[in-house]
Amino acid sequence: MSAAATNGNTLKVRYFDIDENPPKNYLNAESGLKSWLFTVDHKRIGLMYLASIALFFFVGGVLALVLRTELFTPAENLMNAETYNRIFTLHGAIMVFLFIIPSIPAALGNFLLPIMLGAKDVAFPRLNLASFWIYSIGALFTLASLAVNPIDTGWTFYTPYSVQTGSAVILMTFGVFIMGFSSILTGMNFIVTVHKMRAPGMTWGRLPLFIWAMYATSVIQVLATPVLAITLALLIMERTLGIGIFDPALGGDPVLYQHFFWFYSHPAVYIMIVPAFGVISELIGTFSRKTVFGYWAIAMSSLAIAFIGSLVWGHHMFVSGQSELSTVVFSFLTFFVGIPTGIKIFNWLATMHKGSIDMKTPMLYACIFLFLFTIGGVTGIMLGAISVNVQLHDTYYVVAHFHYVMMGGTVMAFLGGLHFWWPKMTGKMYSEFWGRISAVIIFIGFNLTFLPQFIMGSQGMPRRYYSYIEQFQTMHQLSTIGSYVLGIGFVIIAVYLAHSLWKGEKATSNPWGARTLDWMTSSPPLQHNFNYQPVVTNGAYDYHKPISDFTLGISDDVYHGNDHEGDIRKQSAETV
Amino acid sequence: MEYLTNFFLPSAESTYAANVDALFHFINIVSLILLVGITIAIVYFSIKYRRKSQEDTTPLITHNTTLEVTWTVIPLILILIVFGWGFNDYVEMRTPPANSYEVYVESFSFGWNFEHPNGIREANQLTVPVAQPVRLIMRSRDGDVLHSFFVPQFRLKQDLMPNRYTYAWFEAIRPGEFVYFCTEYCGGGHSMMNGIVRVKTQEDFDSWTEEELGRDLDALPLAELGRLVYTSAGCQGCHSLDGASRVGPTFAGLYMRERQFTDGSTRIADEAYLIESIVEPQVLVNVGYPNNMPNIYAQTLSEREILGLVEFIKELQ
Repeated sequence: MSAAATNGNTLKVRYFDIDENPPKNYLNAESGLKSWLFTVDHKRIGLMYLASIALFFFVGGVLALVLRTELFTPAENLMNAETYNRIFTLHGAIMVFLFIIPSIPAALGNFLLPIMLGAKDVAFPRLNLASFWIYSIGALFTLASLAVNPIDTGWTFYTPYSVQTGSAVILMTFGVFIMGFSSILTGMNFIVTVHKMRAPGMTWGRLPLFIWAMYATSVIQVLATPVLAITLALLIMERTLGIGIFDPALGGDPVLYQHFFWFYSHPAVYIMIVPAFGVISELIGTFSRKTVFGYWAIAMSSLAIAFIGSLVWGHHMFVSGQSELSTVVFSFLTFFVGIPTGIKIFNWLATMHKGSIDMKTPMLYACIFLFLFTIGGVTGIMLGAISVNVQLHDTYYVVAHFHYVMMGGTVMAFLGGLHFWWPKMTGKMYSEFWGRISAVIIFIGFNLTFLPQFIMGSQGMPRRYYSYIEQFQTMHQLSTIGSYVLGIGFVIIAVYLAHSLWKGEKATSNPWGARTLDWMTSSPPLQHNFNYQPVVTNGAYDYHKPISDFTLGISDDVYHGNDHEGDIRKQSAETV
Repeated sequence: MEYLTNFFLPSAESTYAANVDALFHFINIVSLILLVGITIAIVYFSIKYRRKSQEDTTPLITHNTTLEVTWTVIPLILILIVFGWGFNDYVEMRTPPANSYEVYVESFSFGWNFEHPNGIREANQLTVPVAQPVRLIMRSRDGDVLHSFFVPQFRLKQDLMPNRYTYAWFEAIRPGEFVYFCTEYCGGGHSMMNGIVRVKTQEDFDSWTEEELGRDLDALPLAELGRLVYTSAGCQGCHSLDGASRVGPTFAGLYMRERQFTDGSTRIADEAYLIESIVEPQVLVNVGYPNNMPNIYAQTLSEREILGLVEFIKELQ
């Protein structure tokens, strides 16, 4: 026992074997549509988010394939330039606002955060449900904009184009405005939960690294998202009331819009990637069966990234016409994000050293993450260097870079996490064979899609181009073929995961031999996670201790009542 | 090495391009070493430390200060080098020499105008002398949107805004023709908004100047004037000459064809219709096309230029 005591109370703790087959779990405790739509159970809310983001990932993915098909030749293949512009805008907006921002925090985070803390639910369960509904209403607005007049501004809504275009900018931005509140409320809920709902013995030093990552993410969500809301509100006012803020024709300044927009949207990049870091820490620890190397370095580097990441937004604007001095300062600060990020990668590698590595599908995704995210990271350093950035800005190099970070990073971590917690969420094992096959297909397809984009980008191919000059055709065609391979990989995942729901093997409470509390309850978990208040007496990654130490510790001093079922393994007095 | 350079980057044609490329290659090499190291570590650990039995135990290693300081300090040194290098070259890229040849650049949806100190105007093509610093004084047309001027072979890029001037400069090191692009998304004609920078020897440039200054536009036949206006006014951004459908209808075979409009009416595209649709494009909008043609040509084009466009379209049968 390494961690320091929180309040020095001595509790009598009894240890129980985990109940593998409770008659009721969170999935079958209640039934009917209303029991889902109006649930305050964080696990059900997490699953509803999971279903929503899966739907939007599918839509955004199909749009991506349509774009790649159009780009197979420079001529018109499927659509005209107007339609193409609408589709790349929708692909970006759907993937960013409807899929990736809520992906790990809202889906996996909601499901796991309270269980990992040993709590019954988040601090404000009703507010949590409200977050989901706000997200849904925001999503409806964005979908409504599709029906009215699909937006063609790019997901960045840059002025003055977004003020002048005839498409439904107001509906779309209003939808994003609404969804921002969902993000803010979820972040606030998580911060309070981490502070106030930790089980006895769950000291800050015993928090799973996923929780640390979610905590850092929540801080960014609460601090940065309001600025996006303000920016979009100003944009809507400019469009409807003609108040000149960003449009030069009205006396406004378009560079101001870019500052406002990136003040949120750069930290938003860390809302997308920091939760992925948390997932990767869990995966590498569990499948290396080894104490995570440099626990505090990983935990604190998430917070460092959240802090430094809030000061670097101007690196999106090196050639925008902002002052040279700003450009130099933003470039200088940008590089410092690389340090905590590098520290994480080295710590994960050091965790694998002398471990007991089991290359199950989630671990395979963790390794793919390390490879792809490293490429995403070093190309970020390239883009931070000012003189080189002038050449690469707004070319396919940038497109490839952020897909390596967002898809090679976040989506790979999300897939790893999805496979890792699939048994916990559904109670069923997925097919390990097909899991590995599809991971390899996705790895190949991803690199085939995006490596050529680096090359054509540095050669000078601008992004958001409906057509292109002939010299770029080979690279575009390789990229398009890669995107189809990628698509096949995702179809395979959808098929075997769906199949596992009907025919999958029953999952045990802890199929991977993990040490965190989420594996100390049945799969799927009980409706209230644990029947009694659990007590934590070990660290999250105490893999040097035998698994038999990791049974559920329950204290009667905390939760009164003496009628716990099952056999008591042992009893002891613990200072927590 | 040269093959590899050409694989990643277009040929370097401005004075500062070689410096930019050197940093590009430096970062790539360091990154490659890092990536290979990480990949080898992943593969090696995965094989050497693969799980042999479910009872495997692992040592408790919580941290190692020496190691952690090392992998913090070395990257720190590297990023400071990269920052300093990039900063140094950026200063050069932003500091035009005092003897620069100055060209005014105007961007609009969807095209470019260039105006030389001697009054020569060019559209969608910029002609400059070799080995002469050229300073671009740039802005987007009033009421227009953002654009960006990007010449890959010069490693030059700068956004243009409607309400203020931005600057850039380059000095071409060889005569030749180099493509430029618009790299700030600006709508339907964005990907068509490219052109050529023509770099000429001083002699060729001087004779080109004389020829241009001697040309009398008023003496040109209407259809030839129209051909010039077609590019200088930016029509080519949206209207093709080969029958392809862009943002707007093609000009090929347009004359005397029946047009269908969004209000349900139809009309034959005769001279009167063509003039009206240039001057007041929002009155009758063709089915299948957006209503986004600028309503500015009554002011920006002379009557003779509009008639020239009509004659030009009539010849495209």
